[in-house]
Amino acid sequence: MPPEPPRRVRVVLADAAAPRGGGDHTRTELEEQTGIGEALVKGLVRTQLALALRCAAVVAVGLGSLPLLFAVAPSVAGTRPFGVVLPWLLLGFAAYPFLFGVGWAYVHLVERTERDFTDLVEKH
Amino acid sequence: MVTVATVVIGAYGLRVARTTSDFLVASREVSPAWNAAAISGEYLSAASFLGVAGLVLKQGVDVLWYPVGFAAGYLALLLFVAAPLRRSRAFTLPDFCELRLGSVRLRKLATVFVIMIGWLYLVPQLRGAGLTVQTVAGGRYQVGVLLVGCVVIANVALGGMRSITFVQAFQYWLKLTALAVPIIFLVLHWQADGRPPLAPPSGAAFAHSTTVLFDHATTIARPDGSTVDVPAHASMVFPAGTPIPRVRGAGTSSGANWLLPGATETGGRRDRGLFAAYSLILATFLGTMGLPHVLVRFYTNRDGAAARRTTLVVLGLVGLFYLLPTLYGVLGRVYTPQLLMTGQTDAVVLVLPGAALSGLTGQLLGALVAAGAFAAFLSTSSGLLTSVAGVLSTDIVRRGSVRDFRMSAVLAGLVPLAFALRAGKMDVSQVVGLAFAVAASTFCPLLVLGVWWRGLTPVGAAAGVTVGGGTALAAVITTVVGPPLAGWPAVLIGQPAAWTVPLAFLAMVSVSLATRRRVPANVGLTMLRLHAPDPLRL
Repeated sequence: MPPEPPRRVRVVLADAAAPRGGGDHTRTELEEQTGIGEALVKGLVRTQLALALRCAAVVAVGLGSLPLLFAVAPSVAGTRPFGVVLPWLLLGFAAYPFLFGVGWAYVHLVERTERDFTDLVEKH
Repeated sequence: MVTVATVVIGAYGLRVARTTSDFLVASREVSPAWNAAAISGEYLSAASFLGVAGLVLKQGVDVLWYPVGFAAGYLALLLFVAAPLRRSRAFTLPDFCELRLGSVRLRKLATVFVIMIGWLYLVPQLRGAGLTVQTVAGGRYQVGVLLVGCVVIANVALGGMRSITFVQAFQYWLKLTALAVPIIFLVLHWQADGRPPLAPPSGAAFAHSTTVLFDHATTIARPDGSTVDVPAHASMVFPAGTPIPRVRGAGTSSGANWLLPGATETGGRRDRGLFAAYSLILATFLGTMGLPHVLVRFYTNRDGAAARRTTLVVLGLVGLFYLLPTLYGVLGRVYTPQLLMTGQTDAVVLVLPGAALSGLTGQLLGALVAAGAFAAFLSTSSGLLTSVAGVLSTDIVRRGSVRDFRMSAVLAGLVPLAFALRAGKMDVSQVVGLAFAVAASTFCPLLVLGVWWRGLTPVGAAAGVTVGGGTALAAVITTVVGPPLAGWPAVLIGQPAAWTVPLAFLAMVSVSLATRRRVPANVGLTMLRLHAPDPLRL
């Protein structure tokens, strides 16, 4: 007698079955690209882009102005804080913590924007 | 002794470098910290490890924009591209073109530029390899290039590369250690020497009695104004305290020129120096996002937020690393000034420990640095060759079998190998800078506009990539093989990004506006997918 075939098991994706709260309505608006959904996405994209551009502007001013500064005011370039010539101190050392700081602030802010958007979608 | 150590470490380095990314196995559960170390390990190339210090030694403060830009590129990537690109589920740049704009023709065009940028980036890696073999083992430059080139090609083609993020991450820490440990000894030694000045106003002098071997016929100018013609393969002995003579046409700067910002190669004209500085800033800040071997790595992130965190950690790790090459370049002014005369400034990192520290310490530290250099060009060139061979086999050969991939790897490797064998006196970092300029003029506008602007059309994207990439490539080819230029043309061609990048953006936007009807119909859904926060799972 052949062995009994294994019993059929129903597999349900846990995530899909999980309760989702009230967010179905806005979610549908987004997925079906209704006027409201599209406006929501456009708003999100605009907010994120504005944030990215602001951070880029901080770097553009903070680092981008240096060559001009050194060219216009060579005496500034010759100063020696901590015994190191200023351009070497700024470009050889200070630039890296500065860049990391801007990146850290961006990640912090952009994640907050995304949390707000997620809350908006899930609650309405 | 050093040779033996180098061969042993080289063999070990080869084993360590037998890696490729595990993205093909689709293991996307790598944590941002490991992933970031792996990306940094693959990114820090011969240009970073050897080239930056060489340029600092030769030209001084102006070239510090190279390492700053190499790091800042990750900030631009973080701000504008990282999370949306990961959410687009594109694996390579050509994939992104097809997913976002639905055009197979654009995909082909992107493929061509991926290959071009990959080749342009591979040449200096192989050049660095040849230089290392020449400096450390005393072999011929060509032998080194051939050896490393063939090893990398065989590695990639035979698929013997293991795929462990851990190994790539280890490479980052190896490279960092290989520079960090010797520099501690070197700085202590410099302190003990009574801190000899780095840029004395009277011009630098030899610290020790030094024998300089000239590979090429050279004319050197002594400080008193007389000139001496040195035939090729001649050697000269300079006793300690002799002022260092200048070499005609070597493009080196000295004294205040080296110490303070301003024009180095630009004949003292401040406006040209300023233009070159801004052009370099633009190329390196915007070029990183267009490098083929960087982008594929983002696929191993779990989601958009993880991609962002990974990029932030990469920014930190890469920034930490770049603190070191500058110090090598600076101390090289004191302990290895003969490199300024032979023109082999790229070798400063390799030569410095042995030149400054005597005895076993110097030799051991020299071997450590050489190991880091091997790791640098083996990991980067393997990663690059894998990327280039990958797009070559899937998009050009178009069958994607293992045999095609192997053939593509050989083909993709031989071209840069041939160029590296003939590469003249170009600095490693400078050629890499040109690769960044091409990437910034093609894929930066494509990615930034593709991610943020609904109005982008396939025609517009193709126009921008063609115009920006075409002009940048033409400038690169003129720089590498063309006649020497002077004045404004030299600056405009030598640092093209300041005009080619805006040109590419302009072409992309204006042609897209003119072909508004070709905007993909599903752009709304694509935008939703690129920008919707990950927890929503839209």
